[in-house]
Amino acid sequence: MEVPVPKEKWTGSIGEMELGASAEKGGSRSSLRLGGNRGLPFLSFEDPAARAVALAGFVADTLDDVPLAVKKAFGEAVNDPVGWAVAWKEKGADLICLHLTSTNPEEKDASPEEAAATVMKVMKAVELPLIVYGSGHPEKDAKVLEKVGEAAKGERLLLGQAEEGGYKSVAAAAMANGHAVIGFSNLDINLAKQIVILLTDYGVGRGDVIIDPLMAALGMGLEYSYSVNERIRISALSGDAMLQVPMICDCVSAWKAREASDDVPHAGDALERGIWWESTTALAALLSGADILVLGHPEAMNIAKDAVKGFRGEA
Amino acid sequence: MPTAIEIFKHLPKKNCGDCKFPTCLAFAMQLANNKAKLDDCPHLSEAGKNALASSSAPPIRLVKVGVGRTAVDMGDETELYRHDKRFFHPVAFALRLADDLGEDDLYKRLSYARSLRFERVGQVLKLDMLELECRSGNAERFASFAKKVSAETDLPLVLRAKDATVLSAANLIKDRRPLLHGADASNLKEMCAVAKGCALPLVVGADDLNGLADLVEAARKEGVEDLVLDPRPANLKELLERCTIIRRSAIRKTFRGLGYPIYLSIPAGRDGMLMASTAVMKYGSLLSFEELPASNALPLMVLRQNIYTDPQVPIQVKPDLYPVNNPGPEAPLLFTTNFSLTFFTVMSDLEKSKVPVWLQVVDTEGLSVLTAYSAGKLTAESVKNALTATGALERSRQGRLIIPGMVARMAVKLNEATGLQIVVGPKESSGLPKFLRS
Repeated sequence: MEVPVPKEKWTGSIGEMELGASAEKGGSRSSLRLGGNRGLPFLSFEDPAARAVALAGFVADTLDDVPLAVKKAFGEAVNDPVGWAVAWKEKGADLICLHLTSTNPEEKDASPEEAAATVMKVMKAVELPLIVYGSGHPEKDAKVLEKVGEAAKGERLLLGQAEEGGYKSVAAAAMANGHAVIGFSNLDINLAKQIVILLTDYGVGRGDVIIDPLMAALGMGLEYSYSVNERIRISALSGDAMLQVPMICDCVSAWKAREASDDVPHAGDALERGIWWESTTALAALLSGADILVLGHPEAMNIAKDAVKGFRGEA
Repeated sequence: MPTAIEIFKHLPKKNCGDCKFPTCLAFAMQLANNKAKLDDCPHLSEAGKNALASSSAPPIRLVKVGVGRTAVDMGDETELYRHDKRFFHPVAFALRLADDLGEDDLYKRLSYARSLRFERVGQVLKLDMLELECRSGNAERFASFAKKVSAETDLPLVLRAKDATVLSAANLIKDRRPLLHGADASNLKEMCAVAKGCALPLVVGADDLNGLADLVEAARKEGVEDLVLDPRPANLKELLERCTIIRRSAIRKTFRGLGYPIYLSIPAGRDGMLMASTAVMKYGSLLSFEELPASNALPLMVLRQNIYTDPQVPIQVKPDLYPVNNPGPEAPLLFTTNFSLTFFTVMSDLEKSKVPVWLQVVDTEGLSVLTAYSAGKLTAESVKNALTATGALERSRQGRLIIPGMVARMAVKLNEATGLQIVVGPKESSGLPKFLRS
């Protein structure tokens, strides 16, 4: 008996974009293509084009907020963002996600110039595309990302992050220097759309925006993110142009869940459990529509890599 | 279920109110949302009743395994996406026990199965079933094994064998309503005879969906209606795509022959864990694990808890006084609501601050701070009562209370109600570390 394949008739698709500029495009990186999908994640009967998912390795230039298990996995390398990024490249990351936490005005308060120098050193050592965040303090981030954007002009970085309450300076830093920008919103499809509208109204091209709808980790609200992401994808495929941009999901926050690192009676080896805590979060992000995953533990990256291969039928 | 308008066409349109709803249209809308029963309308014509009953038959058959309070309901799902309403029957987890296990190993495994039990935000997460597999090939051995295990556990059972003669051991424990596994193209008639004879549900398996649909049709001709599908995916891609096609066909009614719950056999190791996580999100009803290490079981069970949460009913944490970063009597006191997402965010920011504090969680029926305040669920009175119930003021002796910036306007009333000095905290939880350090 022939079972008919029930395809959804989507009218939209996710816009394509490139991160990392190669030498011929005026940069010094390898480059990645994202987006272009015309169906829900990994359904080859709906969208025969293989889905491109990029896996980013998390790097920070101070260690206060880095999960202990992640520090342990990289050993000495975490003391230097350059060494850490090199280690990620060896472990198979597609790109590096660098958090310039040293610029935090309440702590180390490194200058924008120092931060830009760190970025340039990482870029020199590793030719992968780069995502760069400040320290999460809007006023300081504006200055830091401006300097970083200028220093890395033409390299097609992904700058994070623009929020409804403060997006102009990071948008300007991206526009002036050929970078892409992350539009962050807090677990809400309408806010996700809103930040894309604000950025494009301000002059950023839609092909230069990636949305971060906030990936809540396993046990910490994952179900909200799963459904918000899924709704964003379905709206985009149904024709909502302002949501037809790639999506980034940070899974490192999974380590903040108590169950990911504490001893729990009868719950087995804590490290193994923690790795699956991050990996399960990653899998939920993949199946709900993520185009870029940011991962902290190298074993979680291996698992995510296997998952992507598995979904594409390559494993 | 058809839409309200489709239902409305078949109703008498008398607006008599005998169904307890003011109009036929109102009744139709309740029916469409499964909030009323067809029988509530005493004036429905036979023709209308038949038309509605057949179109409202569940797209995925409800199959019950086991008896009593541990029984598991599978199927009867109505949605492709949880945000459209919700997923109803959480995917069940079964651990496999082979009949060639030695006595010691069997009891070790049974006690391990019992230990897979965790409490989390007021719910118990646990293993739901045991699957007994015939590996000995010996019918007598399998029968005595099934009897022995069934006496040791009150969990529902799956009996798995390739041979119908072996599987007829089911007759010995049929009052426990086990699920039978092992029907395929080679043994369908015999397996159906066992299932029908004992009135038990049966899993049919094939390596492709067309073959599976043939088996379903054949099994129904043999008189077995309580069926479960084993689509036998060889990898993640096949798992995701086959489960999606089965679910979509049933929900979208493009093909009615696969409207049954899905069983998946999960291999040991990383591949198995990836398949299991995918199946929790994408339409599995029963996962049978060859191995389930505890370090994998907890993340999988939490994933299941998350995905099967009703999107309209927020998860709540226990209203209590939570110590953060080992606080003493001089540590400050804060409060927030018992909406899980609010609580987790605040907790994580407090831990990040490394400042010792006491966090009072106030019962707001799972609403976030501002929503709870607007709905009258977060009042000076309710905060005061929460502080009294937990003895918070004996634990934190500062005489001060830090309140969420979003409800700064509660300050005066709170001061009057509690006599505490009120300090208005940041509007966003992310501002807590900076606020506490200064």
